Amino acid sequence: MAYSDKIKEIYQNQLKGIQDAGLFKQERFIHSSQDAEIEVEFPTGSTPKKVINVCANNYLGLSSHPEVIKAAHEGLDTRGYGMSSVRFICGTQDIHRELENKVSEFLGTEDTILFPSCMDANAGVFEAILTSEDIMISDRLVHASIIDGMRLCAAQHDTFKHSDMAHLEKKLQLHANKRLKVVINDGVYSMDGDTAKLDEMAALCEKYDALLFVDESHSSGFIGKTGRGTHEKCGVMGKIDIITTTFGKALGGASGGCVSGRKEIVEMCRQKARPYLFSNTIAPVVVSGVLRVLDILSQSTERRDKLEANTKFWRKGLSEAGFVLKDGDTPIVPVMLFNAKLAQDFSKDLFDLGIYAIGFFFPVVPQGAARIRTQISAGHEMHHLEKALDAFIQVGKKYNILGKTKQEIIEMYGN
Amino acid sequence: MENMKEIILEYVIEEYCDEENDDVTFDTPLISGGIVDSFSMVSLKRFLENKYKISIPDADASPEAFDTVNKIEVLVKRFQ
Repeated sequence: MAYSDKIKEIYQNQLKGIQDAGLFKQERFIHSSQDAEIEVEFPTGSTPKKVINVCANNYLGLSSHPEVIKAAHEGLDTRGYGMSSVRFICGTQDIHRELENKVSEFLGTEDTILFPSCMDANAGVFEAILTSEDIMISDRLVHASIIDGMRLCAAQHDTFKHSDMAHLEKKLQLHANKRLKVVINDGVYSMDGDTAKLDEMAALCEKYDALLFVDESHSSGFIGKTGRGTHEKCGVMGKIDIITTTFGKALGGASGGCVSGRKEIVEMCRQKARPYLFSNTIAPVVVSGVLRVLDILSQSTERRDKLEANTKFWRKGLSEAGFVLKDGDTPIVPVMLFNAKLAQDFSKDLFDLGIYAIGFFFPVVPQGAARIRTQISAGHEMHHLEKALDAFIQVGKKYNILGKTKQEIIEMYGN
Repeated sequence: MENMKEIILEYVIEEYCDEENDDVTFDTPLISGGIVDSFSMVSLKRFLENKYKISIPDADASPEAFDTVNKIEVLVKRFQ
């Protein structure tokens, strides 16, 4: 047996280290479908409890939408369960290409290629299109999957301060002599809920002849007047060279992702991106569901409009109650608590009151920036939000943080 | 000649800090303290190599060696 006591001990010690550092992650089992209200078994072994979910990426409330479920059933019946092949051997159905075309139409791009996830899209795209003569210049707060993708790529890399356009311009000047320059950022930042300045970035990219990359995972479907994304909101549709996004959040929430953008870049991914070449693509059942999602969103903006109204109510309610929030207008609303233990205690108290929201702390967010990240959905009805707001206020009062400034909260609890 | 530590500290503040974390000293943990993430460390390495006309092998450019301005000075002097 190769798994000796010595090897076992190495892993046990590493796991203990993670536990001792307070960073051990545990799953909580949900006994219902994903929705505004879910049944959660927490702690493990306890009877599932019905709670209002304010921490899902189910922004448009489509994860369990009857029409999406029906379309998925139809996909299962007509195209089967699995492909048992990668795309370029015998793993491409007509509906895969149909979805790629529909995504291009929805995002306003030239072409699209599907990936098993957006994590895979980000892991594959840079290596496929860049060489060691090129430079990737990324915002310092980009998603972990982008960082992994950049690490897998031979191109050089540099970073700029979060959303700091003057700093980005300096970096573009510094790397003026590179063959290709790519500016890389998220459309909406998942931890802070703020939006990239895509209009300014597009102008800088034009000035310095650089490509512009945006991960729209927390934007596609609901940001912008018709939900096309941050590029619609910033008035730069057609000016983004590479968009990656996911179908695992607002767009039905199942799984899958894509690279969408300039025709030649998408074709390079089809020829060279390893997660595309060496794994199966999205299952037919999911493809069918996403096709229906895009139909629903193309027919009406009702769901993104409701999400916008819900978000305004939620931000206003929390702000008037005296919580410290991160600025922004997206459905990601971080309630700042600064102290890691306070964030965990706050989350537990919310759960006792029937509200499911998770505390985030270092290293997921910067040191001293612990928070409860709330995420609003079009699936929330007003009574859900009112109940959740009441619970936040009740727990806020318990810890005496309402109306307190950042400094005052840190003085009470540390950071 | 300006003190090496002063020059490095000035670069670190300019490159990595904002109004919320600009009270950095020679001993402030930069990487373990979350001020400089390991991915952004590359610009600091590039700055040191250009400024002091040295080459720091990747194996020596560890997060530990870059964790404070004091440690960075020791590292730079090793390769001068």
